[in-house]
Formats: sequence, C-alpha cells, structure tokens
Amino acid sequence: MPLLAIAALAAGTYAFRLAGPVFRHRMRIPDRVQRLLSVATAVLLTALVATAALTQGHGFAGWARPAGVLVGGVLAVRRAPFPVVVIAAAATTAVLRFSGVP
Amino acid sequence: MILDMRSFWRTLDHGSLRDISLVCLADAIVGASFGAITVSGGLHPSVPITMSVLVFAGGAQFAAAGVVLAGGSPAAAVLAGLVLNARLLPYGFTVADAVGGRWWTRLLGAQLITDETVAFTLRQHERQRRRATFWACGLALFLCWNVAVVLGVLAGAVMRNTGDFGLDAAFPTVLLALVLPSLADRGTRHAALAGAVIAVAATPFLPAGLPVLLALAGLVLAGRPAATVADPDPVLEVR
Repeated sequence: MPLLAIAALAAGTYAFRLAGPVFRHRMRIPDRVQRLLSVATAVLLTALVATAALTQGHGFAGWARPAGVLVGGVLAVRRAPFPVVVIAAAATTAVLRFSGVP
Repeated sequence: MILDMRSFWRTLDHGSLRDISLVCLADAIVGASFGAITVSGGLHPSVPITMSVLVFAGGAQFAAAGVVLAGGSPAAAVLAGLVLNARLLPYGFTVADAVGGRWWTRLLGAQLITDETVAFTLRQHERQRRRATFWACGLALFLCWNVAVVLGVLAGAVMRNTGDFGLDAAFPTVLLALVLPSLADRGTRHAALAGAVIAVAATPFLPAGLPVLLALAGLVLAGRPAATVADPDPVLEVR
C-alpha cells in the first residue's frame, strides 16, 4: 500500500474528525443526514463482518473462521466482556483448524 | 495537560476506568492481529504502523489493508476506508464540547475521536466528566492501539501462519460486537442484512473493496426514521 494512499486516507479521516470541534457553533448536521450516516455505517460494518468472516479473496474462507465469529457473536449478544468475546472467537477458529477443519 | 491531572482522575469513577481498560485490552488484541496479519500477508511493517498512528480507525484500517492484500487498487482501499470513516463527522459534533475549546486541544482531540471514545463520552452528562472521560479513553486507546500494532508487527514477522492462531476471526468479531447494538433498530437491521447479502454475493465477481461499497445499496431498505421519536443520539445506535 503506497504511502500516498495512507496519507489520503489519513487526511480525509482527520477532516471528518476535525469538522465537529471546529464548526459546532457555526453549523449543525441535519437530522436526516445524521440518520443516513448512522445507518450507512451499520450497513458497511455489517457487510465488512460478513465478507471478512465468510470470504477469502474471491472464494469461501472455510468453516473455521465463520464458526469462530459466530461464537464471538453469541457471546457478544449475551453481553460477555469484550476481550472474552474476541479471544473466544480466535480460540474457536484456532482449535477447529488444529482439528483439521479448513 | 488539559486539566489538572489529579482532579482529572478523581472525576472518573472506578466503573468507567474498568470499562475503559477492558475496551483497551480488546482493542489491543485487535491491533496486534492487525499488525500480525498485514505483515505476514506481505505488507511492509511501516504500512500498518504508519496507518495506525495517522488513520487510527480499526475498521477503516482493516478494510483498506484488506483490499490491498486481496489485490485491489489503492484507490478502492482509500475509498472504502473513507466511506467507513464518514461516521466520524457526526461523532465530531456530538463530542465537540468534550474535546475542548482551545485550538490545540481541538487539533489533538480530533484524532482521538473513535466509536469507543464517543460511546464512553456519551454515557456522561456532566461537562467536567465528559471531558475527563473523552481524554482518558482517547489517550489510553491511542497508546494501547499503537503499541499493540507494533507488537503485532514484530510477532507477524516471526509467525509463519497467523491463521493457525485464529487471528483472522478477531477482526470480524470485534466489528460484529460494535455493530450489534445498532441492529436493534428494524430499519437499520433490514438495510444491514440486505447489504451483507449483496456484498458476499458480489465478492466472487468484483475487485476487492467494491463489494463492501456495493452493500450501501441496502440503504434503500432503511426506510424512514421511526417518526420523530426524538432520534436518540445517532452515535449510540452505531456504537
């Protein structure tokens, strides 16, 4: 990944962050836009979860990874502490792979 | 520092400090896996480290690096990261008062705005506490995240296969944990599930990075906001 790409991503991200603290007295974001951005975030994050859990390159990632993510997801729904959720997911995937599940 | 340090820490109760450290720990695990996965995937160690300091947004970092590792173009990587980070715009307005009024606290504090810091700041209502929480959580996370990424890079350089440790499951899991609360809203859930199906179905056919962007088509299912039900802080939904 070229440095220029990192710089572009960093600059854009920083601009998003800085706008609020700088302009809060001069403008506010319309409710509709806020709602749209928050739904768009949820949509992107969910798509990222699905593709990162299920796919590798252009194909299926195998069963071990989605199984681990599922275990983590169930623990998260049950309000387990964050570190427990993450470790359980990685451990599940690791153990499944160790036992020969792709 | 921004405030007298002693009164600063006294402002934070034990519960908040404990919660902040738990999130730091979880993010450290994710940061370490980011460093390890990117380096063992073939990126130069400077890439994850520079990215973590300058971009400091886990989702966008993984998304951008993932696009590049999968063979996508840097432009697609930047675009995917920027679309994800657009949520930081409303966040900035939400926590502007906690960031502070001096120009240099704004410049520094802006970089600390993340899902986690905003979620913690929103829990506090009194001004002094909001400030203390924002800065404590932001600085702690910035430190943990970047140290963890460096450690992960070192580990990734010696680890032959990060997959053996199940590290590839850590990232989607953290995102899932973050996004779950916002899926309680019906419109959001429908849009998100439709988007996920679109993205997975498109993955075999499109260059890396585009399927996730295509998921935004799911937004048409979001519907109208539930009347004017005092739209709760959008940020809380997304946390």
